[in-house]
Amino acid sequence: MTQLYPNSSSGEERTEPADGFAIDTTRRTTREALGDYAARLRGGQLGALPALLGLLTLFVVFTVLSDRFLTLGNLANLLGQGAGIVVIAMGLVFVLLLGDIDLSAGTASGVAASVLALHLVNDGNLLGAMGTTVFVLFCGAIVLAVVLALAARLWIGAGLAALGLLLVVLGVPANPWLEILLAVCVGTAIGCLTGFLVARVGIPAFVVTLALFLAWGGVVLQFVGVGGTLGLRDDVLFAVANGSLPVWASWLFALVAVLGYVALGVGRHLRQLRAGVVTAPTPLVLGKLGAVVLLALAGTWLLTLNRSPNDQTVIAGVPYVVPIVLVLLVLGTLVLDRTRYGRHIYAVGGNREAARRAGIDVVRIRMSVFVVCSTVAAVGAVIYSSKVGSVDPQAGGGNTLLFAVGAAVIGGTSLFGGRGRLRDAVIGGTVIATIDNGLGLLGQPAAVVSIVTGVVLLLAASVDAVSRRRAAAVGR
Amino acid sequence: MNDQQAGPPAEPTEPAPPVLRLTGVNKSFGPVHVLHDVDLAVRPGEVTALVGDNGAGKSTLVKCIAGIHPVDGGSIHFDGKPVRITSPRDAADLGIEVVYQDLALADNLDIVQNMFLGRERTRGGLLDETDMERAARDTLASLSVRTVASVRTPVSALSGGQRQTVAIAKAVLWNSRVVLLDEPTAALGVAQTRQVLDLVRRLAERGLGVVLISHNMNDVFEVADRIATLYLGRLVAELPTRDTTHAQVVELITAGRSGDLGLPRAENPAP
Ligand SMILES: Nc1ncnc2c1ncn2[C@@H]1O[C@H](COP(=O)(O)OP(=O)(O)OP(=O)(O)O)[C@@H](O)[C@H]1O
Ligand SMILES: [Mg+2]
Repeated sequence: MTQLYPNSSSGEERTEPADGFAIDTTRRTTREALGDYAARLRGGQLGALPALLGLLTLFVVFTVLSDRFLTLGNLANLLGQGAGIVVIAMGLVFVLLLGDIDLSAGTASGVAASVLALHLVNDGNLLGAMGTTVFVLFCGAIVLAVVLALAARLWIGAGLAALGLLLVVLGVPANPWLEILLAVCVGTAIGCLTGFLVARVGIPAFVVTLALFLAWGGVVLQFVGVGGTLGLRDDVLFAVANGSLPVWASWLFALVAVLGYVALGVGRHLRQLRAGVVTAPTPLVLGKLGAVVLLALAGTWLLTLNRSPNDQTVIAGVPYVVPIVLVLLVLGTLVLDRTRYGRHIYAVGGNREAARRAGIDVVRIRMSVFVVCSTVAAVGAVIYSSKVGSVDPQAGGGNTLLFAVGAAVIGGTSLFGGRGRLRDAVIGGTVIATIDNGLGLLGQPAAVVSIVTGVVLLLAASVDAVSRRRAAAVGR
Repeated sequence: MNDQQAGPPAEPTEPAPPVLRLTGVNKSFGPVHVLHDVDLAVRPGEVTALVGDNGAGKSTLVKCIAGIHPVDGGSIHFDGKPVRITSPRDAADLGIEVVYQDLALADNLDIVQNMFLGRERTRGGLLDETDMERAARDTLASLSVRTVASVRTPVSALSGGQRQTVAIAKAVLWNSRVVLLDEPTAALGVAQTRQVLDLVRRLAERGLGVVLISHNMNDVFEVADRIATLYLGRLVAELPTRDTTHAQVVELITAGRSGDLGLPRAENPAP
């Protein structure tokens, strides 16, 4: 049985194997790893690199053009402005990973925001606020969502939607925490309806969500009232996007996050080394951990400096949106990378038929991503409503959704499915928020902001398309 | 290279009871009657070649066994017991693995992830990547697969032969009893075909029941113990390879009959 495969030399630069399958190199030197990375880049697998470079460029340009851009106050403000879009984009990544689209995520988040505002303004009396007919229809829709989620065995979705129904019907007096929860539950219920129409009924996602985009926009208008505005006069709700952790808590948070990150990273690397499975070179792992830790600590330090524009007050501390986005990012990444559910999402997005043949319930997975998307979009709604301090008939309309899709795509998530990560949404969302913020400081009108954002999105999409072509040519 | 023996050498086995037996299987797609009363037995340790012209119904038969298409009539026995296979999951639970003609791997996942797709191992609710990677590597090593650089290579970066290898190794990983391979060498070059055929033989040596679909008579005669011929959806002959010639099989494929073999001329001796 010697020389069975005389031409089995796929690893030219690799060392000769010692035993059975040692040709499978589990460890590479740092140089080899960097070389592989360079080869991947040449092969068109750019990942988040273009977006990061773009972000750097924007920072440099705006710093040169405006002396107010690179100030502590503005950077903190930027975080609050970008967080809503970033969060909605994170939910969208789940849908985009399947190669689907949810055009209704924006206005769906608007519905969640308006229910939250109605509940607050009317002290929990939604029946009185909506009128009987609308209230009954509203409750009916949630009941339907619960039933559909149960039928699809989406237990968490059904549970959240049912909880939402309970909150609506009980009419508990206004309480900011309950209202946030209610908004999230409304988002879940909406996602169950969308997911059912796409996955179970089989209508193309584009059509379903385009229709719902219009419909939810109408629902927001109905809830808020033409020309009306519901003010969010509540300290907690105001603080979500405008407040900051106290300085000591900021450092505590930074410390916990950094230590947790390092412990997980090092622990995982050691485990891989011990088990003899494929792992990155140790210097590279440590270098990456070190870089992130340094960045995090530097950021925390900057945010704990006084950024108040006048001498009377002191504004310092990490804005609440940072931990909110970070927790969602970590949780979501954990789900996508380390659970069966996440693995199945990637599989369905990569090859739906292969996933089906592997015994994966494709319909259930497809429905579930819409539930995730709308639920997370509702969190985004809480953030952007808090930023403005009110909910108007335009909530979640306009550019909200398109900016969120743009954020995911700019970050490197493919619209063709199977490729993308949650951090793409964070990076891309930051790019979009930076454009908005920087051009605003330069006194540019909305027209310019839209045009520039459009051009950047086009650039990102071209990078995606070109890298796909290169990848196809290289055979990856 | 000091190559160890890849497993016990093949021993000529006495006809073992079939691990999988189809009786009178029928399948229609709407008005198109694709499979007519197909009887087929798959024995452990044997490679059964399934041959037939384009459109004879070979892939359909495989997909029926795999639970992709429900059968319209007839029965399937596994280990002598009647079973109902209505989903890919049922087939997998029985130990039936399929390597599809149109490959069923997700390009964006790596080799390990594909081999465990749908049956991932978890620990504390999280994927146990270490365990899965080791098992995948052990399986590939036990099959003397030496052509992949790393088990963490994404499938999109593999050649056609390497993909087939992964698909076949997946079948071994799950301790399957029966492996169905639908034209695993159709798109491969000479060397890669060689590798896949060796692999097919090794599966049988491990005691698996193997069904190999192929249009290449040389391949069939090289690895198969028995040759079953489908002609327009009917199984017209199932013969030991050593009692058959190329010419006979070709005639069975094209005309459904060869001498006394195959479809009867006038009288009908079917049970
Ligand atoms: N999903 C389907 N719907 C309708 N007809 C089908 C379907 N799948 C297969 N058929 C028909 O069944 C017949 C047998 O097809 P099948 O794919 O099983 O042939 P095959 O023997 O595998 O051919 P080949 O050697 O070309 O792979 C063909 O006439 C085909 O048109
Ligand atoms: Mg076929």
